[in-house]
Amino acid sequence: MKIFVCIKSVPDTAATIKLSGESSFEDSDCKFVINPYDEYGIEEAVTLVEKNGGEVVVITAGRASADGALRSAMAIGANRAIHVKTEEQFLDSSFTAKVLKAAIERDGMPDIIFTGKNSVDTEGFQTPYRLAAELGFPVVNEISKLKINGDKAVAEREIGGGDREVLEISLPAVIGVTKGLNEPRYPKFPDIMKAKKKPVNLITISDLGIDELFSKSRLVKLESAPERSGAKMIQGSVEAQVKELIRILKEDEKVL
Amino acid sequence: MSRTGVLIEISDSGRIKDTICGVLTAARGRDGNNEVYAMVIHTGQSDQMDELQSAASIDQMALYGVGKLIVITADGDLANSPDIQSASIVAAAKEYQFNSLLGLASASGRDLFARAAAAFNEPMASDCISVDLEGKSAVKSHFSGKTFATVQLDCTTMIATIRPNAVEPIKVSDSQIAAKDASYSIEIINFKSSATSDGRIKKVEVKKGSSSKLDLTEAPIIITAGRAIKDAANFKMIEECAEVLGAAIGASRAAVDAGFAPHSIQVGQTGKTVSPKVYIACGISGAIQHFAGMKTSKVIVGINTDPDAPIFSKCDYGILGDIFEVIPALTKALK
Repeated sequence: MKIFVCIKSVPDTAATIKLSGESSFEDSDCKFVINPYDEYGIEEAVTLVEKNGGEVVVITAGRASADGALRSAMAIGANRAIHVKTEEQFLDSSFTAKVLKAAIERDGMPDIIFTGKNSVDTEGFQTPYRLAAELGFPVVNEISKLKINGDKAVAEREIGGGDREVLEISLPAVIGVTKGLNEPRYPKFPDIMKAKKKPVNLITISDLGIDELFSKSRLVKLESAPERSGAKMIQGSVEAQVKELIRILKEDEKVL
Repeated sequence: MSRTGVLIEISDSGRIKDTICGVLTAARGRDGNNEVYAMVIHTGQSDQMDELQSAASIDQMALYGVGKLIVITADGDLANSPDIQSASIVAAAKEYQFNSLLGLASASGRDLFARAAAAFNEPMASDCISVDLEGKSAVKSHFSGKTFATVQLDCTTMIATIRPNAVEPIKVSDSQIAAKDASYSIEIINFKSSATSDGRIKKVEVKKGSSSKLDLTEAPIIITAGRAIKDAANFKMIEECAEVLGAAIGASRAAVDAGFAPHSIQVGQTGKTVSPKVYIACGISGAIQHFAGMKTSKVIVGINTDPDAPIFSKCDYGILGDIFEVIPALTKALK
């Protein structure tokens, strides 16, 4: 079984984002990590290969600093990595999909491609779908339960209100995953050391026959989300407080 | 004149979801003059379609500016193939020459529109807070809600999904209805797409959850409990309050990780993103990751025993107190 896991190196979710210029941020201040949803894909791939044999290849299109995320993925158990180097943090999902497709094809077709359901930096929610369209594979996303039966997978996703949709999908396929699928393991120290020696194939987009970066969606402005300045504290006894809260919500805010 | 197609989502009974009205409002464009085509996927349940075409539903769509309703059917198994659904949406968008294609960033909307954008080979803006159809740009959350990004799309047809409750629903004015001579009548078009599928992806089942519960991401009011709830059984107190409020119930990551609540109701970074009119956070400290999932709520209320809890520095109204006293009192007062 050959499994690819597409990952992205993103600012730690606990990081404060300091803006710089019209549409960028101070990335030197940020700790970068594996996109949290991608970790479920790595764990699932490693578990499947432990059971069935084969190999797990992690792949990213990203800047030089994305090496850290690839090493972390290999510490979890991925066998090797492909790093398509780019200069930009924000890539158009159509471009990313083209790059990933070319690199995956060059390496040899997999049985499964895992991705996170989306990245927590651009929150674009499109790369798994566009990658599947490029490869002509079927795709499912936001999967939190998965069973592989030969050349088919049965995948479950939540569709709101606690309802769950069960989909059957033929392999090879792109499977976007989310929390609930598994509990990603914490790499042990020897695994972290071993990961430093695992091979990373560093390539450029021109190696893949792609001439230049293109972008059909451009980030033109990045601004801090408006923050509230602090709560108006409601005073008095518990009864008085809840009465006042109800009055505020009904009369002042008109939301009840 | 510019033309917008909107994918309508309906409940099991065929009623239009309330959250669609905000999308229809956005679909009318800057001056409110766009032609709006509502589209619905006919999954084979004719009673659903009857309800959708009932006078009440037609009135509701007309009030929010819909001029035509396209009922989509297909050669293939439309009900069980997300690929046939998205291909049919693209086919309708081409047939009726939409300048923009909008939907709701719900679980099914997110999925179908991403499929459609990939099939259409057009860029898309997902989970937008606002859209500028004329300028082909959108504002959406970046870095888990810490920043807002304006994204410019280089496209022929602008494709976007809108975060539920993010755009305030506004009815069209009487004068606009009169000017269009629409008088609440909507033309119904049956559109049959030729899309079929090779069967490589197929919906085999929907497992129903507890059907009485409101969907978190689309609820107008949400009440959420944090670790301070101490036990799964104590959610009963939250449920009682939610019932009188007409609210959906959420939980913080701490409460989910402690096993007090399922992940399906987690709000925040690795859970759901919500944007209700009222968000009541009970015993939640207010971590940056939690705010990522609810900061675009209209009014946020924090209830906590710790005066230094970060929630109080970032919400609208605060009650310093024990949730086990405040929530039952709130439930009682609401009754």
